Amino acid sequence: MSGLARPVAGPIVRPPIAERLAGRRERRRTVDRAWRGLALGATIVAVVPLAAVLLFVAVKGAGALNPDLLTKPPKALGVGGGALNSILGSAQMVALGALLAVPAGILAGVYVAEFAGAQAARVVRFASDVMVGIPSILVGIFVYTILVLPFKQFNAFAGSVALAIIMVPVIARTTEEMLRLVGRELREGSLALGLPTWRTVVSVVIPTGLTGILSGVMLALARAAGETAPLLFTALGSRLVNVGDFGKPMDALPVFIYNGARQPIAALNEQAWGAALLLVLLVLGINVAVRARSWARRAG
Amino acid sequence: MMEVNGGMAIDTATAPPPAAGVVDGPVGLTGPAAESGPAPGPTAAPDGSQAAGAAKLEVRGLGLYYGDFRAVRDATLDIRANAITAIIGPSGCGKSTFLRSINRMHELAPGARVEGTIHLDGIDIYGPDVDPVDLRRVVGMVFQRPNPFPTMSIYDNVAAGLRLAGRHSRAELDEVVERSLRQAALWDEVKDKLRAGGTSLSGGQQQRLCIARALAVDPEIILMDEPASALDPIATLRIEELMFELRGTYTIVIVTHNMQQASRVSDFTAFFSMDEDRAGYLVEHGPTPGIFTNPREQLTEDYISGRFG
Repeated sequence: MSGLARPVAGPIVRPPIAERLAGRRERRRTVDRAWRGLALGATIVAVVPLAAVLLFVAVKGAGALNPDLLTKPPKALGVGGGALNSILGSAQMVALGALLAVPAGILAGVYVAEFAGAQAARVVRFASDVMVGIPSILVGIFVYTILVLPFKQFNAFAGSVALAIIMVPVIARTTEEMLRLVGRELREGSLALGLPTWRTVVSVVIPTGLTGILSGVMLALARAAGETAPLLFTALGSRLVNVGDFGKPMDALPVFIYNGARQPIAALNEQAWGAALLLVLLVLGINVAVRARSWARRAG
Repeated sequence: MMEVNGGMAIDTATAPPPAAGVVDGPVGLTGPAAESGPAPGPTAAPDGSQAAGAAKLEVRGLGLYYGDFRAVRDATLDIRANAITAIIGPSGCGKSTFLRSINRMHELAPGARVEGTIHLDGIDIYGPDVDPVDLRRVVGMVFQRPNPFPTMSIYDNVAAGLRLAGRHSRAELDEVVERSLRQAALWDEVKDKLRAGGTSLSGGQQQRLCIARALAVDPEIILMDEPASALDPIATLRIEELMFELRGTYTIVIVTHNMQQASRVSDFTAFFSMDEDRAGYLVEHGPTPGIFTNPREQLTEDYISGRFG
């Protein structure tokens, strides 16, 4: 009752209805239009860099993204060849990293969501959040100290561990969030059938949250695939194709881009653009796959 | 105490038919007819005194706590085998908590505590040798909102209790699934789409699916926590019909806010209320016709006649 203060006693006196309905419409429209315009402008500012980066990489990289880049290793001497060493290296290190991180991350998420006490859950959740935000170069230095220095050898295993450390908190947090979304009534429905808690978690709760958990895993993979800093201290990079020897240096796409881009040689720069496009397509592909999964689920 | 009331019900079986207002309003309840003893009202459930049988559950001095909060105090009652017992009472009187103490779901709440005893066929279910997981196979539960497992088919939902607990042959599962779905009066509607998702069914069908799921592990007692409150009247009717069919084979305890439902389906009714400390307690318990037509306690009468709660 702002404009029309009601007297404590006596009849209510109101202005005529024509007066109460008049005058505001035009002003409202103007203000509405102004704010809409501002919001749209801000949205464009936010989206343009993404579009620009994608477009830039596409234009620059399209020429270099050829069969040679995908199938040949760099020439042992001089310039030329492809990025096979990096593609295989990325695949192997991300795969081994995932092998280490996925079980650990999912189990940690399950523990926090299902079994931990409130206090323990808060501590683990906070630690995970800090870990998600930690600069990845710190992870690189840490792993360098424990897995490279003692052996005096840059090695792909250390690279995988670094990627795993980056993946674990992402997977743990997503798993926890997804399991928390699973309603209490489903857990109780299962327990009421005389199923033990572990069985309830494994057969009812996790399957119900699985789509979300897999999305988290895939996003973690995408993030790990794009990391450069932790690999520079650990797997180092290599011009040789390394399949399966995790005790030796190994290349990766981001490292290939880093090395190619800082050489004063046009051909190498171009290869870096090609590898960048490949990496973007990979990460984009994973993201689209994740979205497609959740879209399909919502539609189905 | 039920026996006493049962006897009274028989005494008055020859009494003249009650006035039409007996079940509808408070007038008939306080009239002289009420003083002469309970009479079966037109909508009353089958006479409780005829659902003979031993006590399936003996509840003695039951106190239920959430941390320091006492949700139920000093509840003592027998629940008759193979009959339907309705638990009624205002919101917050501890009905659901009481129900959940019978299959030991209550203790899942943080800080939950139990005093007193519940004996099932003479065995203390809170005794040191009883594992709640085993108990819940004997005491099934149906919840307020249908909760089929969303990742499982209709078939898998019904089979879940058996399959996830141990090895069973395909033929055995097929048989149990069909029998349970028939018992739950759902078989004809789903027999051609057993592989469809459990959540693709309507709300009423989902609730019958949940009943079938509970029946599949062969319980002796079925607890129902407002099983029809999320359903439309037609689906509600089907659930009530189903309860009638299960009665005699299973001991059913149903919590309901709907007093018409309690009077329609149950043989016995227990009325809970809560005291100044918000602790729920049992006001009275007896054959349903007696509770609804001639309650012993003023509080019960006020509640069933809609004067509070």
